[in-house]
Amino acid sequence: MNTPLSGPAKAWRLAGIGAGLLAVSAGFAYAAGWIGSPALTPQRIIDTFEAQAGHHPGYRKNHAKGVCVSGYFQSSGQAASLSSARVFAQPRVPVIGRFAIGGANPSTPDTGVPVRSLALQFSSDDGQVWRTGMNNPPVMAVSTPEAFYEQVLAMTPDPATRKPNPARMQAFFAAHPESTAFRQWAAGYKPSDSFASTHYHSINAFRLIDANGSSQPVRWQVEAQTPFAALPAQVEDNRYLQHDLAQRLKQGPLRWTLRLVLAEPGDAVDDPARPWPAERRSIDAGTLVIETVDAPEQGACRDLNFDPLILPNGIEPSADPILAARSAAYSESFNRRSRESLDTGARP
Amino acid sequence: MKPTTFHPLARLLHWLMAVLIVAMLLIGVSMVGDLSLRHPVMVELHKATGLALLALVLLRIALRLTLPHPPLPSDIPPLQRLAAGASHLLLYALMLAMPLLGWAMLSAGGYPRPLQLPAIAPHDLQLYAILRTAHGWAGYLLFATVVLHLGAALVHALVRRDGVLRSMWPGPVRRSE
Repeated sequence: MNTPLSGPAKAWRLAGIGAGLLAVSAGFAYAAGWIGSPALTPQRIIDTFEAQAGHHPGYRKNHAKGVCVSGYFQSSGQAASLSSARVFAQPRVPVIGRFAIGGANPSTPDTGVPVRSLALQFSSDDGQVWRTGMNNPPVMAVSTPEAFYEQVLAMTPDPATRKPNPARMQAFFAAHPESTAFRQWAAGYKPSDSFASTHYHSINAFRLIDANGSSQPVRWQVEAQTPFAALPAQVEDNRYLQHDLAQRLKQGPLRWTLRLVLAEPGDAVDDPARPWPAERRSIDAGTLVIETVDAPEQGACRDLNFDPLILPNGIEPSADPILAARSAAYSESFNRRSRESLDTGARP
Repeated sequence: MKPTTFHPLARLLHWLMAVLIVAMLLIGVSMVGDLSLRHPVMVELHKATGLALLALVLLRIALRLTLPHPPLPSDIPPLQRLAAGASHLLLYALMLAMPLLGWAMLSAGGYPRPLQLPAIAPHDLQLYAILRTAHGWAGYLLFATVVLHLGAALVHALVRRDGVLRSMWPGPVRRSE
């Protein structure tokens, strides 16, 4: 055994150890994003939503206004050969869902925004869970999280009009030609008078994995079996769509068809802004039946994060960068509203 | 008679877990601020490694309680001896608490768990907030404790030169000196 050091030799070595520990800590701080280049983070996206729409403790940080529903999925069995997920074979799968409107302000009138969404959780009898969040547009305006963030900034409400500045939006779209398909959808969009008569799209693509491990890229949509009727020109009720849904469910269950649209080689699997050709083969995977609705922001859906990457065996994510960013941002939203609920007792 | 080095199995576990824990701390702290395609990969890796670390720490605690281990050098002052004991107790507590908090927070948040593990906490948003916050702060504390542990090991090896680091060294131990 050597003798312990003393004097200057000891001081130098202690300084060296201190420097080493400092370097290790700096590496940790860099990994945490506390130092270094300011990349786009989920926190910054949620901060921006809150800066624009206000801080609404306890609410989801986007699609803040919604209602919980429940029902079941009646599988047709037709998708079972493409995916080993039990949900496509089990005759009746319990479903929890949430109808919502776009935007981070929970007091927006139901008919004040074009975007509507349906989030679903399928719980199959093998213990697996599938969550999906779908919107009424079939595509996004952008292909990357960074461009999405630019879009959010371009839509910042003007303090005078409280609406997005049209010139700024125009400049954004001009700089983002990938938004063509979305703009075409928006130009032709005719709002229906009900959540029940609205179609909802996965927008992002996924991969179905069959029993042999083969993979098939897919987008899905739930198509309303309730016929379309146009939204009246004048709507007074702030909760028009929620009240309509409750009214309809008093008469009986509502149905949608879950349709899987299958990509072919060359289709834009990883780009949510680009539609696939209309003639793509699709499969009727079964019928979504919604039976009950809860009071606004109450019920089983409220404390769930509809992270689109919560997938059962037999469904895998695509390499769409927006899909990964959604997962990260939903998690941040869930964490924040859970803390708000704890700190202030705030529950929507 | 007390051994002068740790049992080879204890040394293997120590260094394996050291690598995994440092990787977990870096993955954990970077994945929450990342929204790229790396995010879902890191989250999956974090859950799988966390589960592996839970199994390893249980084995390690069992070994620590059953195998003989070398004593600290006799010339260590009582206060330092106390600090060494307390920091090791804290390391064990955090190594056990981190994966359990992770598992419990997934349960409370209504999230699916790896390998379809059962829930160990009720689905409750406010409980999730507590567990998620605790998981984060326990992670920072674990990192600080690991840095302290590393610093102490280096002081033993380079300043005191008392053979403490050698007792846990992963390779063959040199007999001479």
